[in-house]
Amino acid sequence: MSTQITIEQVSPGDTLPELEIPLTRTVIVAGALATRDYEDVHHDPAQAQRRGTPDTYMSINHTNGLVGRYVTDWAGPAARMVRLSTRLGVPNFPGDVMRLTGEVVGVEEDTVRVAVRGMNSKGGHVVSEVTVRLPRGSEQ
Amino acid sequence: MSTTTQAPASEATDQDAFLARLREFVGLEATPTRYAQDAVNQAMIRHFVEAMGDENPVYVDDRAARDTGREGVVAPPPMLSTWLMVGYKAHTAAAAGAAPDTPMARLLALLADAGFVGVVATNDEHEYVRELRLGDEIKMTTVIEDVSPRKTTGLGTGHFITTLRTYTDQNDEVVARQRFRILRFDPSGAKPAAPAAADPALRHKPFILRDNAFWFAAAAQRRLVIQACTDCGTLRHPPGPICPSCHSYAWHEVEASGRGTVHSYVVSHHPKAPGYDYPLTVVLVDLEEGTRLVADFAGDAGEVEIGMPVQVDWLDYDENLTLPRFRAATSASEPTEEEGN
Repeated sequence: MSTQITIEQVSPGDTLPELEIPLTRTVIVAGALATRDYEDVHHDPAQAQRRGTPDTYMSINHTNGLVGRYVTDWAGPAARMVRLSTRLGVPNFPGDVMRLTGEVVGVEEDTVRVAVRGMNSKGGHVVSEVTVRLPRGSEQ
Repeated sequence: MSTTTQAPASEATDQDAFLARLREFVGLEATPTRYAQDAVNQAMIRHFVEAMGDENPVYVDDRAARDTGREGVVAPPPMLSTWLMVGYKAHTAAAAGAAPDTPMARLLALLADAGFVGVVATNDEHEYVRELRLGDEIKMTTVIEDVSPRKTTGLGTGHFITTLRTYTDQNDEVVARQRFRILRFDPSGAKPAAPAAADPALRHKPFILRDNAFWFAAAAQRRLVIQACTDCGTLRHPPGPICPSCHSYAWHEVEASGRGTVHSYVVSHHPKAPGYDYPLTVVLVDLEEGTRLVADFAGDAGEVEIGMPVQVDWLDYDENLTLPRFRAATSASEPTEEEGN
């Protein structure tokens, strides 16, 4: 966890520290089960292939959880998430690594919009925009 | 992912009839109101944050949560839909064909019978009205908002289904809204070399400056234009401030036909830049009007050869940027439709 940032400390163009997520087979299954997602494409390679993908892959709820975590790691525990919008591209397959990057794209009153991208070796996995409400310096 | 709809005329009527049947579900409640099996609780939150590697203390530590002005521990907002999952028992029953008879189940059965058995989530938008606290009892209503026409994607052809979910608490107050989009696709038509189409929104964007802005503005309207010298009439590309022929600063734009021939091409395998599908075929096109430009080739690498006639096609990178690409010229123009998802 980083320390708490305040709305006054943030400007459009600020970048978030990069985060690498190793995509082990175990974490892909752990994320699916933690979100109570029993779709076979997230844990059964043979079924995933039958359904048209080369292997199992990360669920969207897992991706959303990682994107949310990535933004609040930077924004601090007092930040409150008000919106999250995600578009998925190439899947996150086991054995790969996803690299998350983020940039502040808007500051409005007490909220900040952060554009997040997650890339794996095959290309873009996720493009998200997360809006968080930050405290003011006087509230600290 | 970019998608294209290309239906031969003979199949179009069948597709229209099928789409009409799918569209009958639009506006219906997908499933009856679903109640969370368990109230928002620490055990499920802990499973979630551990799997995410999320160390934010407000999800697990009451005092830390209160220190930030909250009334106590809250659930990670992206965990929203987890509270309303049906659980292992109902999931396996549904997978075995014992799904309750709901509009959503009927819609999915209709698609599965037509071969659309693959499923992938593509878009998800959450609006959090308030954070969920321990003890909250959540329920969810789901409305089928849209079923798309048949689309061809990197995974195969299929239909996108968009649902709108509204989450309310024990006092019937709305706590969150979610718009969720999935693709139901036929995996038998997928190209094995392309497990998924790359998202062109991830590509590096061109530098748009005062001298070339007109060209990109025209492209945004799917118009291919060429800069012409107003004094001597010479066409030039790429755009620049001065005529290379007579050095005049006066210029105007002329509309190109969009037809040309392949002067040269390269097929790139490595290194891979984000947002492109590989092998990536890039063509240098001699336009009918006489200028040349570099663009993507929309088609298989094996299809392209020097001298072949091509015509312009368009690719939407994102809502603000559209650029030309070229495909093999056909005698009659085929309907194409682009959609980012």
